[in-house]
Amino acid sequence: MEQTPVLKVDGLAVAYKTRKRDIHAVRDVSFEIYSGENLGLVGESGCGKSTVAYSIVNFLGPNGRIVRGNILFKGEPLHNRSEKELRRLRGADISMVYQEPMSALNPSMRIQDQLAESLITHRGMPRSEAYGKSLQALKDVYMPDAEAVMLRYPHQLSGGQQQRVVIAMALLNNPSLLIMDEPTTALDVTVEAAVLDLIAELKERYQTATLYISHNLGVVARVSDKVGVMYAGEIVELASTRSIYQSPLHPYTMGLMRCLPDVDAPKGTRQLLPIEGRVPSPANLPSGCIFAPRCPHVIAECSAQRPKLVELTTGHHVRCIRAGEWIGKDMVWLDQGVSTEPCPDRDEASPEKTLTVQNARVYYPVPFKTVAGLFGLEKRQYVRAADDISLQVKRGRTLGIVGESGCGKSTLAKAIVGLEPLYDGKIEFLNMDISSPLNKRKLNVIRELQMVFQDPNGTLNPSYCVGDQIAASLRRFHTIPPDQVQGEVEQLLRSVKLDESYYYRLPRQLSGGEKQRVGIARAIASNPAMVICDEPVSALDVSVQAAVLNLLLEIQKTHNTTMILISHDLSSVRFFSDDVAVMYLGRVVEIGPCEAIYMPPNHPYTAALLAAVPRPDPDLEPSRVRLTGRVPSAVNPPSGCRFHTRCPFYMGDICKEQEPPERDFGGGHKIYCHLSQEELEQIKP
Amino acid sequence: MSTASFQEDIARPKQPPQPVAPLPEQLGAARRFFAGLWKRVRDLIEIITASPTAVVGLIMVLFWVFVAVFAPLITTYSPLEQDYKAINQPPSAAHILGTDQLGRDVWSRLAYGARTILTLGPASVLVAFLLGIALGLPSGYYGGAIDETVMRILDALMAFPTILLYMIIISAVGPSHFNVVIAIAIGGAPGIARLVRALTMDIRTREYVAAAKLRGDSDFTIMVREILPNCRGPLIVDFLMRIGYAAFYIGTLGFLGLGLPPPTPDWGGMVQQGHNHMMANVWPVLSATLAIITLVIGLNMFADGVREESMRYQ
Repeated sequence: MEQTPVLKVDGLAVAYKTRKRDIHAVRDVSFEIYSGENLGLVGESGCGKSTVAYSIVNFLGPNGRIVRGNILFKGEPLHNRSEKELRRLRGADISMVYQEPMSALNPSMRIQDQLAESLITHRGMPRSEAYGKSLQALKDVYMPDAEAVMLRYPHQLSGGQQQRVVIAMALLNNPSLLIMDEPTTALDVTVEAAVLDLIAELKERYQTATLYISHNLGVVARVSDKVGVMYAGEIVELASTRSIYQSPLHPYTMGLMRCLPDVDAPKGTRQLLPIEGRVPSPANLPSGCIFAPRCPHVIAECSAQRPKLVELTTGHHVRCIRAGEWIGKDMVWLDQGVSTEPCPDRDEASPEKTLTVQNARVYYPVPFKTVAGLFGLEKRQYVRAADDISLQVKRGRTLGIVGESGCGKSTLAKAIVGLEPLYDGKIEFLNMDISSPLNKRKLNVIRELQMVFQDPNGTLNPSYCVGDQIAASLRRFHTIPPDQVQGEVEQLLRSVKLDESYYYRLPRQLSGGEKQRVGIARAIASNPAMVICDEPVSALDVSVQAAVLNLLLEIQKTHNTTMILISHDLSSVRFFSDDVAVMYLGRVVEIGPCEAIYMPPNHPYTAALLAAVPRPDPDLEPSRVRLTGRVPSAVNPPSGCRFHTRCPFYMGDICKEQEPPERDFGGGHKIYCHLSQEELEQIKP
Repeated sequence: MSTASFQEDIARPKQPPQPVAPLPEQLGAARRFFAGLWKRVRDLIEIITASPTAVVGLIMVLFWVFVAVFAPLITTYSPLEQDYKAINQPPSAAHILGTDQLGRDVWSRLAYGARTILTLGPASVLVAFLLGIALGLPSGYYGGAIDETVMRILDALMAFPTILLYMIIISAVGPSHFNVVIAIAIGGAPGIARLVRALTMDIRTREYVAAAKLRGDSDFTIMVREILPNCRGPLIVDFLMRIGYAAFYIGTLGFLGLGLPPPTPDWGGMVQQGHNHMMANVWPVLSATLAIITLVIGLNMFADGVREESMRYQ
């Protein structure tokens, strides 16, 4: 290609100044992006992806600086320019889209003013013309009801709509370069899918050069033409999307692929292979290849010197001395880890039920907004977070609960463990009635029902060492004599694959995955009959997710623990669950054995969820089942079928007026929908 | 900035987690405790020395601490000794800061006054913290009616101008060391209660609090064991700030004649008694004023510097 690249980054190195020393966050990063091309940067958190993006627009902050290297924008150097020139460039030719759409929009300005602002200031366009152009931009990003949206404030839009506005704003000036930093990470899968469709289409239409940053291999496969894999501040592999996904040559890329749970593989058929160890801190990097300490293919020469990024085959750059050995070998990375043996006793009929939830409702009162309400003169309104839920969990099995954010899955979990009071309904656990909240339950019931939490940073008390926090549970439940507590804690730490030296560590000295392991150790300390895992891996990097999921599976096998896995990620639910319940707006819309859920017939909502999962395969034709609109409020949920406002198969009044009937497909697979059995079987995700 | 990162940082600066050498079992808990303590002290020293503001503030505070501790060694006269032959003297070789209207040595009164202020200040703030935590912790943890009741009472208390509140309390119970402490504690408690309440409302939503509930811990245990220790960062900074205010208020009370009963050496009292003779001799007033200013500013600079430095490099 003879044309000048829109963006050329050459040998970029960035350092951050800290109290002790300079942290070299990014070293020797080079790539080019041509017009109409989308380069994806992937890697785990802390590997320098965002730093690269920020150094292009010179947003490194007061303590960051470019140490070496050149950034050429259309052949001209971009750094060392005055702030004024940069501002002009940023507005007119380079646009950036951030992860959090809400924080990118000014909450006190109407959408039309925010959009028109840059046109008026950067181009001196008259007001009316700027508004017209803004409206057109909103229509270009397929904003439903664009005229009305123009007059709204950001908080009146859903997350997906906000992100569309941000993208529209970024495209307004027809930029030559668009930088997107995890633009869909904060969105639900169904919304993410629609935004990704949009990004892919806009690239075709405007021929914008795009730098797309993401931690999700599936997302990058969907939108990018070229992919750069970053590890600890360096690009370790750079190639076209197809060759990266079909024949990755760097062990790190292979590792990333190997640890992804596959939404198309049932439980027990595939073992996830996590990447051992953790990303080295930029302060003390290994002397040779930076990936060598975690690499399964390491040889003595690896630590001798740092390998260079070399072009092995056309357009395929790899930073690994052994990469040549893997050329042409197809899927070498998949050889290990595939077991065709299903879980041993999974088909065995086990009629014993550990947990039964009957017509459970969890309502949160809405605070009164009027004086009349304060004196009880107004009808109390409720957020119906979980509304009439019935389900059962069999002993030693896992029930997966999936759904978008706000569907009530976490609320249901909290009600089961007793952290939220039930408004109505009944929960039975080991043949005991546990409908009462936590402070009314007996200690020996509490002990049998434990929970693993979502946020690794919030799950442990920062003030106490790890061992003491696990020991607190043991002491409280008097499961073992006090003099054996220390030994038992060490035993528990070993069972979550941490050694005894972790006993006296403080939570801040642990990585996210390690904290999650300690959280698991704490949950199983009392040897509970049931553990509820509320999004246990969603805050972790993929490589660590795999290890934690494997660990949970192992614990379930050894202790025959009954589990509930709550997740928005259909892949990890499939990897881990025997039964699945799909929730939408406080209701269960489909429930059944895991295999049945992932195959037709499906509820239209389940089909849309399945279609939205980004798959790490660039050749897969994206499905077109997409949801529109926003999730309605749970204070006044839609009448009839709650999904009818967004359903692609909406049939008219019957959906609006009547509760959907139960359609039983046998084997416990039930769908709640007005469509007939035959029609449901036609739905393809 | 969230309080969480803030409070973690006040005690220890952000740095890459260092591999902790596993300690042999026989070393025991005590050794480990001191090793941890020493590391924290080192971190704190590092924070302080990184901030010029904190260093200057600390030097000013340490000067007065030094003076208070070694008061008998660095003064030649007793602070109460009156010399009628030499009243209102300007500085001289015999009296380096001169004498006051009763012929007492100003430097001695200043030095012993530092003792007064540096014991009563922290003591009153400590009492204020006990009160504030006792009110703010349950208020933030339970919310609802308890929160409303406590907060409205505190609002009523805060509606009084601070000085007026002190004057009401002191004139009701009479001036004494103990009563000054109580007055300043009552005046400061509402602000502390609000701070503790806000921190508690944030921390109670953390998952480790839910985990404690899931082992059946009582509310009291959760508040004291899980929540309070994680409030410590902002509370320590607030404590330092408030010692500065307390020194100032003790001085003000002294000036209004409601402070410590004479002839206690007290900086505020020195200003109050000296200001009638300012035309004749400015030294007692000037030196006491400068003493109050340097101590208050020093404490504030120290607290500010520590706070800023611990919040840097996020």
